[in-house]
Amino acid sequence: MFRNQYDTDVTTWSPAGRLFQVEYAMEAVKQGSAAIGLRSKTHVVLACVNKANSELSSHQKKIFKVDDHIGVAIAGLTADGRVLSRYMRSECINYNYTYESPLPVGRLVVQLADKAQVCTQRSWKRPYGVGLLVAGLDESGAHLYYNCPSGNYFEYQAFAIGSRSQAAKTYLERKFNNFTASSREDLIKDALIAARESLQGEKLTSSVCTIAVVGVGEPFHILDQETVQQLIDTFEIVREEETAPAEPEAAAEQDAATEQASGADQGGAGNQGGADQGGSPMDI
Amino acid sequence: MTKQHANWSPYDNNGGSCVAIAGSDYCVIAADTRMSTGYNILTRDYSKISHLAEKCVMASSGFQADVKALQKVLSARHLTYQHQHNKQMSCPAMAQLLSNTLYYKRFFPYYSFNVLGGLDSEGKGCVFTYDAVGSYERVGYSSQGSGSTLIMPFLDNQLKSPSPLLLPAQDAVTPLSEAEAVDLVKTVFASATERDIYTGDKVEIVILNAGGIHREFMDLRKD
Repeated sequence: MFRNQYDTDVTTWSPAGRLFQVEYAMEAVKQGSAAIGLRSKTHVVLACVNKANSELSSHQKKIFKVDDHIGVAIAGLTADGRVLSRYMRSECINYNYTYESPLPVGRLVVQLADKAQVCTQRSWKRPYGVGLLVAGLDESGAHLYYNCPSGNYFEYQAFAIGSRSQAAKTYLERKFNNFTASSREDLIKDALIAARESLQGEKLTSSVCTIAVVGVGEPFHILDQETVQQLIDTFEIVREEETAPAEPEAAAEQDAATEQASGADQGGAGNQGGADQGGSPMDI
Repeated sequence: MTKQHANWSPYDNNGGSCVAIAGSDYCVIAADTRMSTGYNILTRDYSKISHLAEKCVMASSGFQADVKALQKVLSARHLTYQHQHNKQMSCPAMAQLLSNTLYYKRFFPYYSFNVLGGLDSEGKGCVFTYDAVGSYERVGYSSQGSGSTLIMPFLDNQLKSPSPLLLPAQDAVTPLSEAEAVDLVKTVFASATERDIYTGDKVEIVILNAGGIHREFMDLRKD
């Protein structure tokens, strides 16, 4: 009822104790295309849904390398994300220059959060309209953080932000207990499946999905399109039924295979793939 | 009333010699590993060579604290370049950056005498030689440091390119094989060690070619 009166600038509280401009900034994050992150004990994987405006244009860059041990995926105003990535890179370089060691992830996210907070308490500024999933490795292990426009940050085992991220989050909520002990390959597979969930019906290909990995002995890097496509094909992600996990694996895959546009071949291969790898989407 | 002068100096000279030789498809960069102050040796095992970019190596003699600071600044700038351009800096680009960085401190210089060696964008060897404030030139070979007065005339004798006034224009690159160049470097350091007290202990030789980077050491006289 009062929303329109108290939302003109960020330095005005509403009677209910809310800052509407900050909340509107969080809305901007929800409008951006999905970004997903998951971590195990030794690796962190980031996945992004890359939607180009039109067939003629290139995809927006949503994953940025910040340092060998840190990378970030963004959702929302990508321009704000680019600027913050530049800040993060600069902080990492300066820390390394002074201390000859990599900047611990936890410290970087605090600096980032403080930077975002400043924009919520100056009348001549506006909050950053971007959410960041910060993936990194340091002495205390693998980390995944989410930085809000509000200046809050949280650590996660797995998280998804952006449009249709709820579908990805639902999938992650089911599987997250296994992530700590996951292998690198399984973690990437789960990231791809989560990305596919947020695509909701569209075909998952390497042209719409970007994957980046950081891990022990593995500097942060974005996987190239070919590798991602191979991974998608290898995992042979069959369209998953929205049914209870108790349903028999074979029956579900058969059903799923018949629904799949590609038809019997892929279904058959899907069965084989599931049996061989023992890690089909229906596994809990 | 005579002018008051400082009773301390911000600079020190840690001695040592550096050499770089460019070939048609390789580059050899070498420096001794002795670090000294006055008539004393601080350590026999200090590297004066820094691998700045994939195809670019710098050797610097002079005040090693300034050298270390310079290496760190260039390294940090290279990281930023990689983030912005999504590729490594080429050797000529790094050469210009080094010159600008040195001149930036024109009125409180880095006491660092540098030779930059690497492969240019065509894969040919290149060597750039500097003074302390950034004046630089691409050459076929060069030496800097305490032994340079002994080394440079010998290199001139062995390698000197024809005059740039000659026609047709001749390449600045030396027509030596990689093995011959490495051998020449070893000879040069052995000779410099004999007469320069600040050069000795070991020589670190870095070879850059299409196959990547290769490092070797050779013992020198320790006196």
